[in-house]
Amino acid sequence: MRDVAIVGIGQTPVGELWDKSLRQLGHDAIRAAMADAGIEQADALFVGNMLSGELAGQEHLAALLADFLGMRGIEAAKIEAACASGAAALRVGTMAVASGMADVVIVAGVEKMTDTLPAETTAGLALAADQEYEVAEGATFLALNAMLMRRYMHEYDIPHSAFAPFPVNAHHNARGNPNAMFHMDISPARYEKAPVVAPPINVMDSSPICDGAAALVLVPARRAAEFGSGKRIVRIAASASAVDTLAVHDRGDPLFLEAAYLSSHKAYALAGVTPADIDFFELHDAFSIMSVLSLEACGFAQRGRGVDLGESGAITLSGRLPITTLGGLKARGHPVGATGVYQALEVVQQLRGDAGPNQLAHAHIGMAQNIGGSGATIVTHILIGED
Amino acid sequence: MHIARNWRVKKQRYSLHGEICHHCGAKVFPPRDICPECAKPAYDPLQLSGQGEVYSHTTVYDAPAGFQHQAPYALALVRLEEGPMLTAQLTDVDPKEVHIGMPVEMVTRKLSVEGDEGLIQYGYKFRPRMMARAA
Amino acid sequence: MKNMLLQPSRPVGITGYGVYIPRYRLPAQEVSDAWTGGSAGLPILEKAVPGLDEDTTTISIEAARNALLRAGIAPTDLRAIWIGSESHPYAVKPTSTIVAEALGAAPMVQAGDWEFACKAGTEAIIAAVGLVGSEMADYALGIGADTAQGRPGDALEYTAGAGGAAIIIGPAHGALARFEGSLSYVTDTPDFWRRPRAEYPSHGMRFTGDPAYFHHIVTAGQMLLEAMDRRPDEYRYVVLHQPNVKFPTRAAKQLGFKPEQWETGLLVGRIGNTYSAASLVGLTAVLDVAEPGDRILVVSFGSGAGSDAISLEVTEHIHDRRLLAPATEDYIARRTAIDYATYLRYRGKLRMK
Repeated sequence: MRDVAIVGIGQTPVGELWDKSLRQLGHDAIRAAMADAGIEQADALFVGNMLSGELAGQEHLAALLADFLGMRGIEAAKIEAACASGAAALRVGTMAVASGMADVVIVAGVEKMTDTLPAETTAGLALAADQEYEVAEGATFLALNAMLMRRYMHEYDIPHSAFAPFPVNAHHNARGNPNAMFHMDISPARYEKAPVVAPPINVMDSSPICDGAAALVLVPARRAAEFGSGKRIVRIAASASAVDTLAVHDRGDPLFLEAAYLSSHKAYALAGVTPADIDFFELHDAFSIMSVLSLEACGFAQRGRGVDLGESGAITLSGRLPITTLGGLKARGHPVGATGVYQALEVVQQLRGDAGPNQLAHAHIGMAQNIGGSGATIVTHILIGED
Repeated sequence: MHIARNWRVKKQRYSLHGEICHHCGAKVFPPRDICPECAKPAYDPLQLSGQGEVYSHTTVYDAPAGFQHQAPYALALVRLEEGPMLTAQLTDVDPKEVHIGMPVEMVTRKLSVEGDEGLIQYGYKFRPRMMARAA
Repeated sequence: MKNMLLQPSRPVGITGYGVYIPRYRLPAQEVSDAWTGGSAGLPILEKAVPGLDEDTTTISIEAARNALLRAGIAPTDLRAIWIGSESHPYAVKPTSTIVAEALGAAPMVQAGDWEFACKAGTEAIIAAVGLVGSEMADYALGIGADTAQGRPGDALEYTAGAGGAAIIIGPAHGALARFEGSLSYVTDTPDFWRRPRAEYPSHGMRFTGDPAYFHHIVTAGQMLLEAMDRRPDEYRYVVLHQPNVKFPTRAAKQLGFKPEQWETGLLVGRIGNTYSAASLVGLTAVLDVAEPGDRILVVSFGSGAGSDAISLEVTEHIHDRRLLAPATEDYIARRTAIDYATYLRYRGKLRMK
């Protein structure tokens, strides 16, 4: 197995990008990553995407993107694992380079969610749940997360206001990210007054529907110096993935993200680190409750105490474990199949020292975790900045 | 239209036909080929009682396509007294009256309707329990 | 007259009964306020309205599950499931197969949907009596269920309710009530009808009264009493089809009954006219309180037109089994009032496109 490095990154802004098509988004992010890496060609392209078939009527997406990038002849495939598609594609790219089956691999995450009406997009997102036993009953992702949040509040006797620091932090951090969807602070008071969309979840607990694309260039670590423009080389120290039951109701303990526990602890072992060694964590804050469950499953907090990391300020840029340092899913935006690639890209920005006003003082080991569905697929990556 | 797809699951949808694992005794819903507890094949049919309680719940306002005419509706995770949990709508209840731990019972109702000319899908929902249970 | 009486060669009875009434109620005042500025007189207090997820199928399923609970038989013991309704959800595709599947009675069972305006339910039950009484089968299920339609603003909108009752017919031995005999009286009288593609039924206004409802109910009732050589005072209860409060009250008087005989089974004022279920739901309310030895006369009426008169005698088994499922009054007490706007939405009367 070879060590793998990320030597190029590229992204489009995240938002309602009315003038950009699915293929245009992919093109823009991939061209930017190729320019960053200083490459004109690649051996393979792996595209993380969840909804192109459902919302754009376009499958065979990776072949389309390779075609429109002038890369006919290379290997290309779409990787789908619901909202974890981006990180799943990164893991496939990592395996391709680590195994020696490819040398220069582009991993992209692309999603176009605003070309359809909201009810159609909502129904599309629900494709990641169990169609016959969740969706057929009228469940949505929002509703499944709302039920987890309510049960969590009930089990641990936690008020809704205890979740405020997570979206407040995300929105604050997004102000320093020019590619983020939102650039306004929210106050805890505004959080508590936000319209409820699926009780107890309110608008400020939920990540937005949006468009976006991000891309990475992967090469063998020992050849990393041949690429890029002399920026710090970022090594993929661990790539790990695990699945849980597809449906929330089939989990013995729905408040414990077993797949997050498994993938993070595999990743710690692979990277030879412990949770205490992680300098910052790009977690999957699709909903506030997911942030808390992820922190607990990954070993950063005891069960029922994840919200304490918000209250104590540990999750802020100057805290002990900064999270969502460039806005996270809540405020950078959550173009579902692209999110995992954005997360890894933002870890690279921090490790390179390229995070602008949000640059962390100490960024050596960063973790990214991408969650598919309501926790059925969870992919964890640990990236280390080489000295 | 998913004619065959819905037809295949009618027994479990209409009346909570589950399974009991003849290796470890786990009671399973929905039916699956492999027992989720012991990972061995589990085929014996089991008629579930339909009695359970609310594990958690919410209200769906932004319903997906096919459910919009019923919104807002209460959705719950219901823990059946035999053990399995399932996702289902609550019916015949004001969403504001629902609470964790509320005893509920299964009823068969319309789940969704495919327009004016398509099929009507029936299946399980739950409502507040009407009769006190015999000891 | 004796040979007009239907009596099976094997004695049969009601082995189990069950009811279902939806939770929502539309006060008649709401209709009057919306259409007449509150000036119209009210034929009933309020009517039962089905929720957005209810129809004749779901109503039949719950009523039948209650009947099975009281009968104490396995669903696979049923040899027939016959459902009378004028609001079958499909014009073509049986309600009865869905109900049979939901009960766990399929596939070895007769199944069919019946239509005779408001008489379809008792028609199905008398067929069940024939099936069991001829010893072709031991148990057969007859159901009357409806989610009745009334044109907005029409007199029927005040009363067109929803509900269902399920009756399992089995051998007289072990029955809750013994079937003594029935008699049907049918003519071509066009008092009320609905053509295939019409959304709402039409009716002959006052023609629905004397030549239709009263003539058929009273004639069938009198002929049954005569055929069985009975007087009204030999019945503890009488239950008539009940499109409003006034009609069954007047008809019962004409037949020679007194208020204490009809009041228990006269539910229309609180749940509306449940059409194919109306006389049967009244019967279930009576069975909930009747004592062994009580006789019950049921006379249905279906427009178009005809009446089935049925004579029953309650047995000692009633005490053990009626508590095994919710009582009719339990369902009536489970009440949530709605306004006219909510009613329009629940009944799909709003034009969306």
